[in-house]
Amino acid sequence: MATPTPREISTEPRRSDKVFRSVVTAGGLSSLVILGLIALFLGYRGFEVLRQEGIGFITHADWSITTDDAGNVTESHFGLSAMLVGTIMCALVAVVIALPISVFSALFLNFYAPGWLKKFLVAIIDMMAAFPSILFGIWGFLVLMPSVEYWAKLIHRYLGWIPLFDLQVPVFTRSPFVAGVVLAIMIIPIITSVSREVFSQAPLDRIQAAYALGATRWAMIKAVVIPHGRSGVIGGAMLGLGRAMGETVAVFTVLNIVFQINWHVLLGVGGNVASLIILKFGDASPYEIKALMAAGLVLFLLTLVVNAGANAIVKRTGKSGR
Amino acid sequence: MSNTPESENTMETAVRPSSLADVASSHNKVPGTRALGTGLETRGVHAWFGKHHALADINLDFAAGTVTALIGPSGCGKSTFIRTINRMHEFIPGAAMAGEVLLDGKDVYAPGTDVTKIRLQIGMVFQKPNPFPSMSIGENVLSGLKLAQLKVDNKDDLLEECLERAGLWNEVKDRLGAHGGSLSGGQQQRLCIARALAVRPQVLLMDEPCSALDPGSTLRIEETIRHLSDTMTIVIVTHNMQQAARVSDYTAFFLSDGGPGQMIECAPTSDIFSRPQDQRTENYVTGRFG
Repeated sequence: MATPTPREISTEPRRSDKVFRSVVTAGGLSSLVILGLIALFLGYRGFEVLRQEGIGFITHADWSITTDDAGNVTESHFGLSAMLVGTIMCALVAVVIALPISVFSALFLNFYAPGWLKKFLVAIIDMMAAFPSILFGIWGFLVLMPSVEYWAKLIHRYLGWIPLFDLQVPVFTRSPFVAGVVLAIMIIPIITSVSREVFSQAPLDRIQAAYALGATRWAMIKAVVIPHGRSGVIGGAMLGLGRAMGETVAVFTVLNIVFQINWHVLLGVGGNVASLIILKFGDASPYEIKALMAAGLVLFLLTLVVNAGANAIVKRTGKSGR
Repeated sequence: MSNTPESENTMETAVRPSSLADVASSHNKVPGTRALGTGLETRGVHAWFGKHHALADINLDFAAGTVTALIGPSGCGKSTFIRTINRMHEFIPGAAMAGEVLLDGKDVYAPGTDVTKIRLQIGMVFQKPNPFPSMSIGENVLSGLKLAQLKVDNKDDLLEECLERAGLWNEVKDRLGAHGGSLSGGQQQRLCIARALAVRPQVLLMDEPCSALDPGSTLRIEETIRHLSDTMTIVIVTHNMQQAARVSDYTAFFLSDGGPGQMIECAPTSDIFSRPQDQRTENYVTGRFG
């Protein structure tokens, strides 16, 4: 008997399905289109500066523009490296501080808090996410800074042997560390709510299996809930990292924007790309605006790279525990 | 999995025995002949879910080293009852209980009792196999030690012993590092039994352990139960009356007449299936309802 060739299997979707499919497709593509247009706009506006500065735009650390009396640009140097380092430092400090707090909050809310307290705290945390960032910035400047200075000195004194915490000049205020603490408070709600969601999906049968084996609550959480939620928590942390990298006003309020590469978290020197843009935008010449657009493009690409990296991490650690 | 003796066994389960009582009478144990402690006892156990009274006044003795089957139609409170024994009942929001559960004469609900210790002494196997997917087969078996922070001298011996007693050793001895989820459903359930055995419980509660399994796996687990009863007390909830007849020394019949579930009758298994005292038991075991 001859082997038959496989038949072609096709379906004709109903009209309602087709309509719905096109609506959903439009929705899905719109974000892609919007993002693409923004990148295109930034690239178009910043192209001239990018061509002028070349790779120096992200490796140099000076930002100066001189104009003659007629307003023509006589000399200009645009280099973002100090701001890029500042962006990454502040965001990393924020995630390092916020991640454990958020994970423990999420565990407390899911497994320890009584019902009424849980509802109350969830409402508070959601409200925190909607809080205007300028208020966090002002609070950070007026209230947090004087007290964080104390912590910064403490860290410097006992962990100063680590290059990251070392300090030659004792300038503790307005440091990336302070900005990172403010950012941490801003991203705690995001990471907490994502973690809470994934932890609450931990399968009940495995939770019961752990308890039936004589596990304490904490042992159960370690064996079942955390392995199950790990990839989701990483995803939440990356969302928070993205938010922290793009944050403008709060960082602008706290940080002293200085064009000098600063790897010392505790030193009061730094800035991030977004705060640079807000600082210069008001009185920038048309040529400097182009430089700021190029800076925007670089920040955009940095965020993309970080998110792609995050996705890779999530994929690699994702399967286990599910 | 497909060797000859097993397929013969599968055939055997398909043949309906002439009488459940015949099956049951073939392996009766005399209570009190084994020195395994005084066993397990429930006195006046009631259970509620919120305002719903699910279980009323259950008094049962489980002699050490015996297998007791709990039978009865769905919703009669069998599962609720065994979950009150190892205090898993209280995890359900709104759940409440009354009465006493005595293990070696001590009330497991007494104030100041360490509930995790109770659950180490009274192990449980669930309806759906639930190995930990992030752990290997070996880690799954020993997971109870880690969860309860117990120390043992020789983990490899314990691992082999537990898998051997659960009837799984020969099938997995060459791939102890593989993930628990890579096993078949029946193997997973035996893995869960091995996991429960590793913390050396006195009592093993089994909540319909075979209801999700094929006849071959069911038979393997029933053999396992027979072996385990030499060293521990077993309480098994089952919907399958033939299974109750095959594995248990005693059978308790539960029934709910619209109100809370009650224990109608408990007797040696052969008696329950040959000469039940209560008309309702007879109706159920002869298949007139349920």
